[in-house]
Amino acid sequence: MPSTAVLLVELGLVVVGLAIMARLAGRLGFSPIPLYLLAGFAFGKGGLVPLVTAEAFIELGADIGVILLLVMLGLQYSAEDLKDTLGSSGPTGLTNLALNMGPGVAAGFLLGWSPVEAVLLGGITYMTSSGVVAKLIEDLGWVGNREAPVVLSILVMEDLTMAVYLPVMAVLLRGGGAGEGIVSVVVAVAAVGAVLLFAFRYGAQMSRLVFSRSDEALLLTIFGLALVVAGAAERLQVSAAVGAFLLGIALSGHAADRARFLLTPLRDLFGAVFFVFFGLQIDPSTIPPVLLAAVGLAVVGLATKLLTGWLSTRRVGIGRRGQFRAGALLTARGEFSIAIAALGVGAGADPMLGPLAAAYVLVLAVAGPLLARAAGSPTVLGAGSSRVDV
Amino acid sequence: MSDVRETKLPGLGIRYEFLTSRGSRLGVVHHRTGRRELLVYDADDPDTCRDVIALDPEDSRTLAELLGASRVAEQLEHLQEIEGLAIDWLPIAEGTPYSGRALGETEARTRTGVSVVAVIREGQAFPAPGPEFGLEPGDTLLVVGTPRGIEDLAVLLRTG
Repeated sequence: MPSTAVLLVELGLVVVGLAIMARLAGRLGFSPIPLYLLAGFAFGKGGLVPLVTAEAFIELGADIGVILLLVMLGLQYSAEDLKDTLGSSGPTGLTNLALNMGPGVAAGFLLGWSPVEAVLLGGITYMTSSGVVAKLIEDLGWVGNREAPVVLSILVMEDLTMAVYLPVMAVLLRGGGAGEGIVSVVVAVAAVGAVLLFAFRYGAQMSRLVFSRSDEALLLTIFGLALVVAGAAERLQVSAAVGAFLLGIALSGHAADRARFLLTPLRDLFGAVFFVFFGLQIDPSTIPPVLLAAVGLAVVGLATKLLTGWLSTRRVGIGRRGQFRAGALLTARGEFSIAIAALGVGAGADPMLGPLAAAYVLVLAVAGPLLARAAGSPTVLGAGSSRVDV
Repeated sequence: MSDVRETKLPGLGIRYEFLTSRGSRLGVVHHRTGRRELLVYDADDPDTCRDVIALDPEDSRTLAELLGASRVAEQLEHLQEIEGLAIDWLPIAEGTPYSGRALGETEARTRTGVSVVAVIREGQAFPAPGPEFGLEPGDTLLVVGTPRGIEDLAVLLRTG
C-alpha cells in the first residue's frame, strides 16, 4: 500500500478519535485536554494502538501547536490590559504566585530534583488554564459576576509572569556554568523588557503595519510571522514557544483582536495534536509510580487556588459565594502546565517530570471545571448563606 | 442618565452596569469581538447574574431600536475607529454668541472643516440640521471633524 494512503488514514483516524474525545468532554462539561492526553497514551509506545507512520507528522504538528497556544496567550491581552492590571492587581498577583508556585517548587526539592527542575514544577502548579476559565465563564454565564474581573486580572498577572518566567527557564534549562547562566538570564530579561516596552510604545503602529482587511492575508501574515519568530528563537536556543509568546505580546490593537479570532480554529487543531504528542511521549507504565505524588500535588493545588480566590475577592468585598466561585474557576490547570512540562522534557529534565505533569493536569483539568460547576449551583453553600454579605 | 459603572474585563472587553429606578441591577458587556451581552443581576446575590443574554450586532440594533434609542451613536462608533476623525458633543451655553441664531451663521464647516451631524435638544435628536436651523441655549451639537477642527469650533462657539 502506498505510504501516503496509510499516513492519511492513520492521521485521519487520530483526528476522528480526538473529535470523539472533544464531544465527550463537551458532554461531561470539562476540558478536553485530559482526554487528548489519554488518547496520546493509547497511541504511544506501550499503548493500545501504537502509531506506525503518522508520528513524524504529529511531532511537527505538536511544535506548531505549542507555538499557536503561546501566540494566543500573548495575544489575549492588550498592552493596556497588562499595564492597568499591573497597576491595580500587583498584590493579588504576588499572592497567587507565592501560594501556587511555592508548593510545586517545594515538591520538586522533595523529589530530589535540581533547582531548575523544581521551578519548572512550580510553573506547572502555578499556571491556571486560561482556556478552561474563559470557557467556564462563558458556559456558566459568569461574565457579569463581580468576581469575574478579579479572576481575569489574576490571569493577566500570570500571563505577565510567564513573560519573564518562560525565557528565563528556557535559558536556565540550556545549562552551562553559573556565571554564564546569570548573563543569559539578564539577557533574557532585558529582551523581554524590550519587547514589552516596544509593545507599549509602538504596539499600535506595529498592529497597523501587520493589519490587513483581508482575513486571509492577516491569517497568513500572523501565522507566518509566528513560525519565523519561533524558529529564530529556537535557533538562538531560547525555545520556539517563548519566541511565539513574545510575538503575541508585541502585537496589540485591532490586528491582535482579529488575529485571535482567526487563529482560534488553528490553535484548537494543532493544540489538540500537541496534547496527543505530549501523551504519546509518555509510556503509560510510568504513570502509576507518580500517581500518588500527582494526586497529592493536585489536592494542594486545589486548596491553594481556592485560597487565592478567597483572598483576592474578599479584598474587594465580594460575598462568600463569589469568593468560592473565583477560587473554583482558578483551580483548572491545563495547556500551559503541559507547555511548561514540554519545555522541560524537551531539554532533558528529570524523566519523572513528564508523567507527573500529565497526571497532575489529568486530575485538575477534570476536577477544576467540576468544582466550578458545583460552585455555581446554589445548593453547595446553602442558598441563604450569602444574602447578607458586603 | 443613571449612574453607569464601568469595569474593565481584561481580555474580554468592558462591562457597564447601573441600577434602575425600581432597584434592579442591569448590565451590558461589550466584548472586544463586537458581541454584546445583556446582564440581569440576581436580586438575592448582588455578585451574580440571574440571566445573561448574548446579542450579536443585529440583535443589539434591534433591541436598541425597540428601546427607542437612535442609531446615530452606534454609527458614530464605527466612525471613531477611523484615524484622524473625531466626534464630540459641543454645548450651546446661555449667553454665548450663537445661542438664538441660525446654525449656518456659525460657518462651522467653512471656518473649521467640522460638520454638525445632529443637534440634540432635551434628549431628542435632530439629525442633519440645515443652515437655517435655529440654535437655542441648552442645545448640544454632535460634530464630526479633525480633533484640531473640533477644538477650534468649541472656541468659536464660546467666543464668536
